[in-house]
Amino acid sequence: MTTTTGDPVRAEHDPEEPPQPQSGSPAGGEAKRERWIAIGYLLPALAIFGLFIFWPLVKSILLSVQGTDILGNPSGFVGFVNYTRLFSDPDFLQVLWVTFAFTILTVIPSIAIALLIALLLQSRIRGVRFFRTAFALPFAFSVATASVIFGVLFNPASGVLNGILNTFGIDKVQWLTNPDLALWSVSGATVWMQIGYNLLVLSAGLGALPEDVLEAARLDGASGFRLQRSIVMPLLTPQLFFLVVVGTIHSLQSFGQIKILTVGGPEDRTTTLVYSIYEQAFANNNSNYGYASAQAMVLLIIVLVITALQFGVLERKVFYR
Amino acid sequence: MTTTSPKAATPPKATAPKTSRRSSSKPSHIGSYLILGVLFLIVLFPVYYGLVGSFMGERDTNSFPPALWPKNGVHPDNYSKALDIIPLGNQYLTSVLQTIGITLGQMVTSALAAYAFVFLNLRWRAFWFGVFLSTMMIPFESIIIPNYLLISQWGLKDTIAGLTLPFLATGFGTFLLRQSFLSFPMELRDAARVDGAGHFRFLFSILLPLSRPSLAALGIWSALSAWNMYFWPLLATEDPKHQTIQIGISQLQSSDSDSPGMVLAGVMLALFPTLLLVIFGQRFIVRGLTTGAVK
Repeated sequence: MTTTTGDPVRAEHDPEEPPQPQSGSPAGGEAKRERWIAIGYLLPALAIFGLFIFWPLVKSILLSVQGTDILGNPSGFVGFVNYTRLFSDPDFLQVLWVTFAFTILTVIPSIAIALLIALLLQSRIRGVRFFRTAFALPFAFSVATASVIFGVLFNPASGVLNGILNTFGIDKVQWLTNPDLALWSVSGATVWMQIGYNLLVLSAGLGALPEDVLEAARLDGASGFRLQRSIVMPLLTPQLFFLVVVGTIHSLQSFGQIKILTVGGPEDRTTTLVYSIYEQAFANNNSNYGYASAQAMVLLIIVLVITALQFGVLERKVFYR
Repeated sequence: MTTTSPKAATPPKATAPKTSRRSSSKPSHIGSYLILGVLFLIVLFPVYYGLVGSFMGERDTNSFPPALWPKNGVHPDNYSKALDIIPLGNQYLTSVLQTIGITLGQMVTSALAAYAFVFLNLRWRAFWFGVFLSTMMIPFESIIIPNYLLISQWGLKDTIAGLTLPFLATGFGTFLLRQSFLSFPMELRDAARVDGAGHFRFLFSILLPLSRPSLAALGIWSALSAWNMYFWPLLATEDPKHQTIQIGISQLQSSDSDSPGMVLAGVMLALFPTLLLVIFGQRFIVRGLTTGAVK
């Protein structure tokens, strides 16, 4: 885009090096040399990718079609046994259901709340800068720091949440040990963790809206809710779609909050796919690498399908200017 | 002439918020303030309680209903207790080293790769581009078992190397810097070449210093994600002395749930660096926001 090919002046001044990458037919030997240099520049990154992404990917696939002995060593090829076991295992079907529910319960509310905040911060009121910075603070929290704070807030005996309910005369709630409630509590904490990022993306998107379009709409008498719904929202669809995709993938990968808050319980009602992988492979020295790897491949396929959907949909269905 | 990039590498464009401000005080703003205020209280409450709770004694935190501010005295000793009970000092150092290692590593490998993509005569450019892009689509959790086995096999558990090695390269960073390199004025590059600067010197003494904003964006993103990492450090370390602060505070909670004040003090210590990054580095964070944040 920015480069121009075969600039003769440059070639004149610099006979040692080929004047320009890919400029038709530069001096053969030099061009070859630069090709090797180019590979050399890619090499550090490629080495890391090869060792810690691509080779493990192959290894994961291999592990998933092997059995595992009690020491965690592969015990020979078993074909698709691990996979057929997955889909006849009621525990795993529950894992898929929990993962699905957790994703819905986190992605949609976190985007909705962030959108509401972002739109409110667009209105020209005083103190916007302060609010903007304040609302971005959750973004600084790690999954561990946020989960530990929520663990303290959720504490049934002395936590603030039950303290607040108490002032309204409501009995203590077992936020994390009630099987019907635990997933909601963990999801609530996760929504909080996601708001900061979503807000940054949406604010950036809102800030980049074409002022002329908004002005034209205002001149035509659109204001308030009407302006938001008919003009701003359609213009924000790229950001919203992006957040749905990224948020879904992010939620599917969630692990820390479950490990810290519920350890997958009660009754495995908060055991998501990634937590299940952890449990099979690492918890209590299970070392069930074969079965865990099959689950890891299920995760990979789900994420790849969502990514592929993004590639397909993004260009066609989403409103772009 | 430069590569035709797959569309997904550049998701929705986002630029820093424009500051067009026209203060008016219509009555509708009262409603906005009201909703904003309620949301502010809800969203910021965990932050408030984390900070204030870290100074509260057990008489405040363990009573019911619990106090919302230190009614019975301020307890800064929560911090010294947190530092005592687990090797928080060691863990802090481990986290710092891990973060520096990953951040510098990602900057170097990304800069080199992005340079090759933009300025060098790279063969099969589209293929390599696809390779880098594909690394962003594979969730680390799906390949974490072989990584764990590899690091254990190499005897790198409980080492900084084990904590950092898998993350020393990133597709995200490469694309972020590539985008910035693409807008580099060619005249400057030519001038440097005329003056006899080779690829390496041009990259490190001219191109990178002039790409500071993008480099800063990459650095902040790398540092935030490295410091905040949880799953991998949980697996790659066993000895409390070699664990990162993130693992440390989560174990502080399970080991001493009778003293929330101390647990929260640990949280605040772990939070401090990233809080600074988010408050002062926000514009750089926005810059890197949507550069293929698929991972």
